[in-house]
Amino acid sequence: MEALTTRAGTWFGLLILAIMAAALAHDSLFAIHMTIVAIATGIGLWWTLYGSSVDVAGNWLRPANDQSKYDDDPVRWGVIATLFWGMAGFAAGLFIALQLAFPELNFEPYLNFGRVRPLHTSAVIFAFGGNALIATSFYVVQRTCRARLAFPGLARFVFWGYQLFIVLAATGYLLGVTQSREYAEPEWYVDLWLTIVWVAYLAVFVGTIVKRKEPHIYVANWFYLAFILTIAMLHIVNNLAVPVSFLGSRSYSLFSGVQDALTQWWYGHNAVGFFLTAGFLAMMYYFVPKQAERPVYSYRLSIIHFWSLIFLYIWAGPHHLHYTALPDWAQTLGMVFSVMLWMPSWGGMINGLMTLNGAWDKIRTDPIIRMMVWALAFYGMSTFEGPLLSIKAVNSMSHYTDWTIGHVHSGALGWNGMITFAALYYLAPRLWGRERLYSLRMVNWHFWLATLGIVFYAASMWVAGMMQGYMWREYGADGYLVNSFAETVSAMWPMYVARAFGGLLYLAGAVIMVVNIWQTIAGKIREEAPLTTAKYNPDADRPAVAEPAE
Amino acid sequence: MSGLETYTLLREIADSWGLLAMTLLWIGFAVWAFRPGAKKHHEDAANMIFKDGHDGE
Repeated sequence: MEALTTRAGTWFGLLILAIMAAALAHDSLFAIHMTIVAIATGIGLWWTLYGSSVDVAGNWLRPANDQSKYDDDPVRWGVIATLFWGMAGFAAGLFIALQLAFPELNFEPYLNFGRVRPLHTSAVIFAFGGNALIATSFYVVQRTCRARLAFPGLARFVFWGYQLFIVLAATGYLLGVTQSREYAEPEWYVDLWLTIVWVAYLAVFVGTIVKRKEPHIYVANWFYLAFILTIAMLHIVNNLAVPVSFLGSRSYSLFSGVQDALTQWWYGHNAVGFFLTAGFLAMMYYFVPKQAERPVYSYRLSIIHFWSLIFLYIWAGPHHLHYTALPDWAQTLGMVFSVMLWMPSWGGMINGLMTLNGAWDKIRTDPIIRMMVWALAFYGMSTFEGPLLSIKAVNSMSHYTDWTIGHVHSGALGWNGMITFAALYYLAPRLWGRERLYSLRMVNWHFWLATLGIVFYAASMWVAGMMQGYMWREYGADGYLVNSFAETVSAMWPMYVARAFGGLLYLAGAVIMVVNIWQTIAGKIREEAPLTTAKYNPDADRPAVAEPAE
Repeated sequence: MSGLETYTLLREIADSWGLLAMTLLWIGFAVWAFRPGAKKHHEDAANMIFKDGHDGE
């Protein structure tokens, strides 16, 4: 009884605090956010009182914690959350792509481009990608340590706490709560909340590694751990800020000027490096060998891949600040380390692709493997393009143009998206105990729609970006610039439409995935012709008999 | 120490001993992975993920 009372009392205390904060808020936006927090704590209180189980004496019963089984509930929720936020994020992306082509779609003030754009980036990176990373890391760390997840209560807190972070961030963007830092727009109190959730995440992950039954820590866990630790460090340093009031939504950065700019891009580029690269490489190093049913091509190469990424990535951020007030040596440093990163990136790509050595036919027969191979191919392509764009001479043309947008999306849609889809297809039948996916043909459709979408997206942004860059720097014989800014905008219009079409295809593929996984969870299997069958002709399947001459 | 002095000191550490230490550390990690006795260990590590045939259930 005591345990239950303590828990319910804690929830009630938090609820009162949130209501007080909402009532005493210095601005209406903070009040709205504290109301959301109050609703969340209210749900927590309700669940504690009605959802948790008690024995006849009213003693609170801890959830079953059978050490001989893996704890997959948070993973199942994570898969569903990944699908849900993925749809939201892709749809927001399509919407802002259409806004750029058709400005009438800017519905002031809540749905203008400036507010929906961070909603899109955060939804796809942190909500879709983050949930995929948390879910797969909980799945992989248990399988590779052969131990049940440590701290089951904390693991559930990580999942629900992270969803609250997403809701606060997303509503904040639309309402106008932002500290205007790229990929780190949430304000100070949301940042503090994420820090708490993230430390809990680290505790669950490290706790599971500590209680492992396998002597060796599999390389995927190294990548996950690097991702969790580095993101904690980046998040805290980048968000050092002084709130105007502890009951208000506004804060000011601790840094100013070029220091602030460098801090932001040290964070921003390493968010790409350790969130979108290290974390998803961890997925790659587990799910690709499992789906291919053969060990990774070279385990040593995966270790070199790991240490090289760790040592090099952290210095590459200054390439976002070429030709700015940043000291010249720092710009050169950022460029040199970015170019050096090319080697480990391709080492990792080759390692992943060569895992299929001797089983290349699987690319033809297994659409999930095809998705993984395509993800690795895009990992290779975008990690080649990145160093290229970081070279100062190239950057002087490409920076601030849509080439950068194209580059980011070939990485995000091609690498992060495809490897996540493949992992979700791998996980769904296993997590819900189904014989196989609802439909493999639908995976095939998803693959081709997504691929075509990326082709439209990347190709149109390459053309748009280069055209834009060259139009900006074009001089006439009289020494004046030839084009005005608005002329470059109207010249890019067809490419903007093509990009939005690519986004539509990508979203359509994701809708097919949601239907497929939904039906898999429901336990249905689609009646369909298998993807490949060897030819068989029963009429010809008989011995040759000599025909009598006529 | 003034801001500029701190900056100069850190910058000098970064492009001399700091850089050397990081390079040696990286070479150490890389060479360690390729030490002769580790082949079997790495093979076991790579195949470890196939131990539980049916997801440990």
